[in-house]
Amino acid sequence: MNFTNELGFFQSIVLAGSAMGAGLAMIAGIGPGIGEGYAVGKACEAIARQPESQGDVTRTMFIGCAVAETTGIYSFVVALILLFGNPFIGQITG
Amino acid sequence: MGTGPGAFGGVNGPSIIFQFDNVPLFGTIYITETLVIGWIIVAALSALVLWLTHGMKRIPTKKQVIAEMLVTTVNNMVRDNMGPRFVKGYAPYIATLFSFSIVGSLVSLLGLRSMTADVNATLAWGLICFVMITYSKFKYGGGLKGYIKGFAEPLPVMFPMNVLSEFVTPISMGFRHFGNIAGGMVITGLIYWALANLSHALHLYFTVGEFSLGVLQVGIPAVLSVYFDLFSGFMQAFIFSMLTMANVGNCIPDDKR
Repeated sequence: MNFTNELGFFQSIVLAGSAMGAGLAMIAGIGPGIGEGYAVGKACEAIARQPESQGDVTRTMFIGCAVAETTGIYSFVVALILLFGNPFIGQITG
Repeated sequence: MGTGPGAFGGVNGPSIIFQFDNVPLFGTIYITETLVIGWIIVAALSALVLWLTHGMKRIPTKKQVIAEMLVTTVNNMVRDNMGPRFVKGYAPYIATLFSFSIVGSLVSLLGLRSMTADVNATLAWGLICFVMITYSKFKYGGGLKGYIKGFAEPLPVMFPMNVLSEFVTPISMGFRHFGNIAGGMVITGLIYWALANLSHALHLYFTVGEFSLGVLQVGIPAVLSVYFDLFSGFMQAFIFSMLTMANVGNCIPDDKR
C-alpha cells in the first residue's frame, strides 16, 4: 500500500474505520449470549422437574436459541461485509 | 490494494470456476465453486438414495432398514409439526433440504469449501420457504382478500410491521444458516493462520518444497472443528428444516391439518 500519496492515506483511514466498525458491530454478540444462556438455564430447570420431557424441551430450546441468535448473526454479517466487502472504499474520490 | 481481504486466514468468497459471457437476458453468468459443489452433492446424494432403495424386499435387508428409518424419522417430524395431511407433500422437500444442507455444510471436512458458507445458497432456500408460506396463506387464508387481511391482524395499525416481518423471514433464515457456517469457517481459518504463524515463530515447522506445515497446526484445529463444522452444520440443517416446517405450518389452520 502506498502511503505517500493522498489517496493511499485516505484509503488507510477508511480501512482502519471499517476494521473498528467490524469490531464494534460484534458487541451485539452480548445480547444473544445472555438470551441463549437464559433459555438454556430455563431448559435445564424444566428437565430437572420433568426428566421425561427432555426430548421436547431440548428441541424447543434449540429452535429458540436459533431464533435468539439472529441479532448476533446480523451483526456478524455486518462485520463480515465491513471486513471483506469494504463498501466505503469506493466512496473516496481522488 | 496489495493486501487483499483474503490475506488473513485464507478466508475468501467462493471462487468463480468459469463464466458465460453475453448470455441474453442475464448478462454474464458465473459458475461458482458453490454451484459445482452443489452439483457434486446432488449427484452423490442421488446415487446414495438409489443404492439404498435398490432391490427392496418384503423382509428388509440391512440397507433397506436404514432407508426406512430415515424416511420414518422425517415423516414423524413433519407429522408432529405440520399435521398428518401434509406428510406426503412436504416430507420429501424437508428430507431433501435437510440432507442437502447437512452434506453442504459437512463437505468442508473433505477439504472442499462449504456450500452453505455462500449466502446465495441459503437465501435461495429461504426464498423457497417464502414461496411456500405465501402459497399456503393464499390457499388456506381465503384467497387474495384473506391474504391481505391477514396482515391487518391483530390491529390494522400493525400492517407495515407485518409486511416487513413477512419479508424478513426468508432473509433471517438465510442469513442465520450462512452466518453460522461462514463464522465457523472464518474462525477455523484464523486459527490455522495463527497456529501457522506461532509455529513459525517458535521454529517448529517442516518445509517440503513450496508447502510448509507447522507442528501446532496438527491436531489442535480438529478439536474446534468438531464444534464449528460437525455440531454447527448438523444443528443449522436441523433448525433450517424445523423453521421451514414451523413457518409453513403456522399458515395452515388447525382443522385443515
